[in-house]
Amino acid sequence: MSQTTIDPRSLRAPPRRPLRLSWSDERVRAIVWQILVVGLLGAILWWLWSNTVHNLEVRRIATGFGFLSREAGLPIAENLIPYSPTDTYFRALLIGFLNTLKVAVVGIVLATIFGTLIGIARLSKNWLLSKIAGVYIEVIRDLPLLLQLLFWYAILQGLPGPRQALNPVDGVFLSNRGLKLPWIEWQDAHSYALLAFVLGAVFTWFYRRDAIAKRILDGRPRPVWPMALGCLVALPLAVWAAAGAPWTVDWPELRGFNFRGGLNMSPEYFALLLGLTTYTAGFIAEIVRAGILAVPHGQWEAAQALGLRSGQVLKQVVLPQALRVIIPPMTSQYLNITKNSSLAVAIGYQDIVSIANTTLNQTGQAIEGIAIIMLVYLSISLSISLFMNWYNARIALVER
Amino acid sequence: MSDITLNAAPKVAEAAPRTAPISQIGFVGWMRANLFSGWLSTAVTLALGYFIIRWAIGFVDWAFVNAVWSVPNNQTQACRDLRGVGACWAVITEKHRFILFGTYPFEEHWRPALCVALFVGLYVVSAMRRFWRKELALIWAVTLAAIGVLMWGGVLGMPYVPQERWGGLVITLILATFGLAFAFPLAILVALGRRSKLPAIKAICVIYVELIRGVPLISLLFMASVMFPLFLPEGMNIDKLLRAQIAIILFAGAYLAEVVRGGLQSLSRGQYEAADALGLSYWQKTGFIILPQALRLVIPPLVNTFIGFFKDTSLVLIIGIFDLLTAGKTAIIEPAWQGFGIEVYLTVGAIYFIFCFAMSKYSQGLEAELNRHRAR
Repeated sequence: MSQTTIDPRSLRAPPRRPLRLSWSDERVRAIVWQILVVGLLGAILWWLWSNTVHNLEVRRIATGFGFLSREAGLPIAENLIPYSPTDTYFRALLIGFLNTLKVAVVGIVLATIFGTLIGIARLSKNWLLSKIAGVYIEVIRDLPLLLQLLFWYAILQGLPGPRQALNPVDGVFLSNRGLKLPWIEWQDAHSYALLAFVLGAVFTWFYRRDAIAKRILDGRPRPVWPMALGCLVALPLAVWAAAGAPWTVDWPELRGFNFRGGLNMSPEYFALLLGLTTYTAGFIAEIVRAGILAVPHGQWEAAQALGLRSGQVLKQVVLPQALRVIIPPMTSQYLNITKNSSLAVAIGYQDIVSIANTTLNQTGQAIEGIAIIMLVYLSISLSISLFMNWYNARIALVER
Repeated sequence: MSDITLNAAPKVAEAAPRTAPISQIGFVGWMRANLFSGWLSTAVTLALGYFIIRWAIGFVDWAFVNAVWSVPNNQTQACRDLRGVGACWAVITEKHRFILFGTYPFEEHWRPALCVALFVGLYVVSAMRRFWRKELALIWAVTLAAIGVLMWGGVLGMPYVPQERWGGLVITLILATFGLAFAFPLAILVALGRRSKLPAIKAICVIYVELIRGVPLISLLFMASVMFPLFLPEGMNIDKLLRAQIAIILFAGAYLAEVVRGGLQSLSRGQYEAADALGLSYWQKTGFIILPQALRLVIPPLVNTFIGFFKDTSLVLIIGIFDLLTAGKTAIIEPAWQGFGIEVYLTVGAIYFIFCFAMSKYSQGLEAELNRHRAR
């Protein structure tokens, strides 16, 4: 270990000069410039603000968020929690927010899976597979998302009606009313099983952490998978069986002019999800590809030379390094999906933007409506980036 | 010097050079290596090949064989009779002028067409490295002014066309190009401000960038369309296109600022310190030393960001501005042409694709060229 000697003179604090009130003093210039810029910006904002206040008075527009507790009277087609038009604006906006989350979360999961597959396909040694992935990435990224959404929506609207619905697999119907899938009838037993699964996952996580810590101490491997299997599969199954093992599948069937039962995806939601997923997958594919290529070939070879199995090579050596490159741009793609879900308003899916827009048209309170939209997205963006920063810090390279 | 004789092997008649086996070289060899290198690869190739050929035949049938290319005066019955087995390109034949130029007076369509040509010329000139000098700013100013004159008219015998009647491709190009022309200087200032040592200025720039990047463009466009009128004093009014343009500039400024900041950060400290040691003032240091190097570094990501904005201008559809996509969507509102969205969106998509693909290829080529000195 070599330590460079530090010149003691460099440790001395610079001499403190008294502040001279002169333009040639850097600190005076800094203060003057800042006062000027802040003052100018403040003056502009104050001017805009006073204009706004005046205009609101002249046009007799009410201000404040009092309208949130008034009756909304706007119909919403898709709602995760009960809603009727007699409910308040606040509840309507809450439904819009949940709809945004519904499309963003499902979109993030699907785009990650789909994008990773395409990114790996792009690196395939098979020329045809690699070229197809390349063409997909290039085409999808060079077309505006809004155009793609309108295109998918036009295709879905051009599908036959429920009576002539496409039926590719038993129980799956695709028509101009959207996509119908079979779904299990949710009962209490399923909720208990889900709870058991979550508890099992938490326990497995702690168990794994403990096993790794012990392994570091004495070097003996302690397999985690028997415990994981027990907690994640056997325990929920046992709970489910103990609760009576209910299993009824709710099949969609044609009744009159439309379908009943099953899981329903409206054409608007389906088009939005399809558009967001395929679009973002094109970007994620490039990120994944760059991440894998960023790991030097020597790392693979060195890991193999150490005698690691190919699964271990991937898990212990390559992925940790690739993830470091992948995570930051992936975060901005997740943020993009969330922000791009606001394009829903163009095809009539009622997300937060769409409902806030209707609200501000009905009440005339434009400032409050837009403030709500911005606040919602800022808080979503902030939470995603906080989470991803935390994750990134966890996997970041620890330098000595 | 002693003569060293290599131990000569017993002489063997030299074998005549043979060509490599046919299965290892040429087309067959390439196919074996890249398409059929194993059972999995073979299966993938066969499955993909089957799907591609089936899909291509279906597409050719739909787009060319069974397609209807024109119909007499809006009689779309011929198209409706196809029931989806063929494309109705008649909608494009009939509406292409509307999709490209919107509601601009029909006899004057040469003017927006010329503007589009000017825009393309401007992009081509800006893309050439021999024009990367101060005069480029002048070329931009002159071309943009000429485009303004052409679009409004009212001089040189061209009738005046109010801005409400502009539409189509030229609006898309105006929003993207003017957006870039104003957002870029703003972005440089903000990027410098964000790295400034002055706390107040740094705070303002950070808040601006993070605020804009945290919200979707739509919310800014809504703000432009419903809130801007409230901001201005009574009687003062700016038109809708300009308001959307301001929103796009503010949006683009924040994103470009981050790209420029990346360039500023990647310069080594030595450059800053050397400039300080020469006794240059802040603006001399920035203008002569830092920016020329930093901007050159970030040209490829700048082009990629610009592709993003070019696509994002289509969002003005939501606040009812008549750009290319809006014109396409409006063209099929008429009852006679309803239901032919796929044909129209494919055509409009092809136009967007040509612009974005050209820019993306350019950016890739440029990146390779600028990095050539690093490749050893």
